Amino acid sequence: MTAIVDIASWACLVCGGIFCVIGTLGLVRMPDFFTRMHAASVTDTLGAGLILAGLVMQAGFTLIAVKLLIIGLLILFTSPTATHALAKAAFVRGVKPVLAANRSESSNP
Amino acid sequence: MSYIISLTLTLFAFWLLLSGLFTPFLIGSGLCSALAAVFVARRMDVVDRESHPIHLGARVLAYWPWLFKEIVKSAWDVSRIIVNPRLPISPTLIRVKTTQKTAVGVVTYANSITLTPGTISVDVKQGEILVHALTCEGAAGLQSGEMDRRVTRFEGAD
Repeated sequence: MTAIVDIASWACLVCGGIFCVIGTLGLVRMPDFFTRMHAASVTDTLGAGLILAGLVMQAGFTLIAVKLLIIGLLILFTSPTATHALAKAAFVRGVKPVLAANRSESSNP
Repeated sequence: MSYIISLTLTLFAFWLLLSGLFTPFLIGSGLCSALAAVFVARRMDVVDRESHPIHLGARVLAYWPWLFKEIVKSAWDVSRIIVNPRLPISPTLIRVKTTQKTAVGVVTYANSITLTPGTISVDVKQGEILVHALTCEGAAGLQSGEMDRRVTRFEGAD
């Protein structure tokens, strides 16, 4: 039984790590401010979520597991708020997003 | 009154959770701290249905599983776009209509949009949200309005 929980928890941890790396890769590859934020949100939803799920399985039915779930809840509420604040600040300050329509014009003049 | 009781219980449970020690002194001081915090919060007039929406209660259980499913689905899509060597993105700005009646409902909708990878709510105005989407498929999916309907149902009629 512990072996099954261990395997499931490590699968979650490894997948979470992979999604964090993918999010970071996207942060580097994306062309502008707003599209980079989309890549970052992969890290703090699926990446953080899977790592927390893996850690909860390692903790079992303890107070630590509940604390990890509270951390998850905190991320669930704060991460979109922070992302929205960042996006709105950039938008109000006049950062022009690269849009698909403009991009195809500039690449095929 | 129910908000005050529920806030006290929540704060007390949070104290017990963080302390993890169950001696009479610590339980007593936890209860006193919770009551003091609730007293100050009541004096500040911030204990209401907006700051502490217990009336949503059980409807969270219907909404969150669907939201988690959407998050996983769109995070997977965005991950595939990132690792695709051609980087097939088509960034789009769209305006999405909101049908929620309360501030809590609109905040839930805007945060749900931002929480799903591939869409970010940039600006919230009366009755509409300006959304930046990574692909035009993502924008079209949002404009189909399923999330809007579900958040309105989650918000409830009251």
